[in-house]
Amino acid sequence: MSRPEHTAPPEIFYNETEASKYTNNSRIVSIQNEMSYRALELLALPEGEPAFVLDIGCGSGLSGEVLDEEGHFWVGLDISDSMLEVAKEREVDGDLFLQDIGQGLGYRPGTFDGAISISVLQWLCNADKTVNNPRARLKRFFSTLYSALARGARAIFQFYPENPDQIEMIISSAMRAGFTGGLVVDFPNSAKAKKYYLCLFAGFKDNAGSSPALPKALGEGDE
Amino acid sequence: MRLITHNMLQCHAKGCDPSQSYPLELKEVQLESLDAEYSEDFIRRLIPKLDWNVLVHTAFALGVAELPKELPDVQDEAFLRKVHQVALETRVKEAQMVCNGCGHVYPIKDGVPNMLLQDNEV
Ligand SMILES: [Zn+2]
Repeated sequence: MSRPEHTAPPEIFYNETEASKYTNNSRIVSIQNEMSYRALELLALPEGEPAFVLDIGCGSGLSGEVLDEEGHFWVGLDISDSMLEVAKEREVDGDLFLQDIGQGLGYRPGTFDGAISISVLQWLCNADKTVNNPRARLKRFFSTLYSALARGARAIFQFYPENPDQIEMIISSAMRAGFTGGLVVDFPNSAKAKKYYLCLFAGFKDNAGSSPALPKALGEGDE
Repeated sequence: MRLITHNMLQCHAKGCDPSQSYPLELKEVQLESLDAEYSEDFIRRLIPKLDWNVLVHTAFALGVAELPKELPDVQDEAFLRKVHQVALETRVKEAQMVCNGCGHVYPIKDGVPNMLLQDNEV
């Protein structure tokens, strides 16, 4: 199977055609929707309270619509202009930013109550330009994200890791930035339903012992 | 970009002077207003996170509202709704967002700030 992140960098791959194909494909939409709800569940925000949430790689706003439905205020970042155009057409409520997350984020400390990211993290591992050093980009991203999150906030990333080395590179980079947490693999025994969620907790840098336990995966031992 | 987000945003260029990277200055601004659902809880939790001086200054400079210079001790509904209107119902549609630390200009077009940096800024 060819992986899109090997074809071209995201701002090139998600051109106008791909952006609208992506958003009009009902199978993709329903999977993205399901993963967004699962990410929100793992985010464990206080019940019934609107929160200020960061959507990392918001694309055409599919995950943002889930945040809208749940009454949250959100900020979405994406590197693809074409995806953001589709998000604008869909009139999502969040603030959209054209941004390369590997260049870091600029938010005052403690800004966000949580962050979600659907199908994006694997793109950060690419060295598609000579200046793109994945380790340096991951480091910059995770350290600036850590600071942008409120203490006790979580960041949940659904992603498609390519191999165990990539998972290791991502997790060690996040831990070095101060996060605690780890990987939750839903339906680990099903080739089709298996999903990876990186669950990160901010605010336990100097006190890892009081960091929350990892949420329980779905469908362990099934099939 | 709503003013709540502007209030949280700082320059992320590498080597930018941290004492000058916030707030980003808005120039040549076009605003639009939108409707957002009012949540008293959210606004009450938001207020301590805001840089109040920056919100007062921005709202005044853009002609959106005159907010009290000091946060009032008693925050009644009229006050909370005013903060809601400024922070969540005011959107910057077009502007040049300028960092006074490094001089980087982040343009805002059709509501979307372009935060991309040059290779020598990362
Ligand atoms: Zn700057």
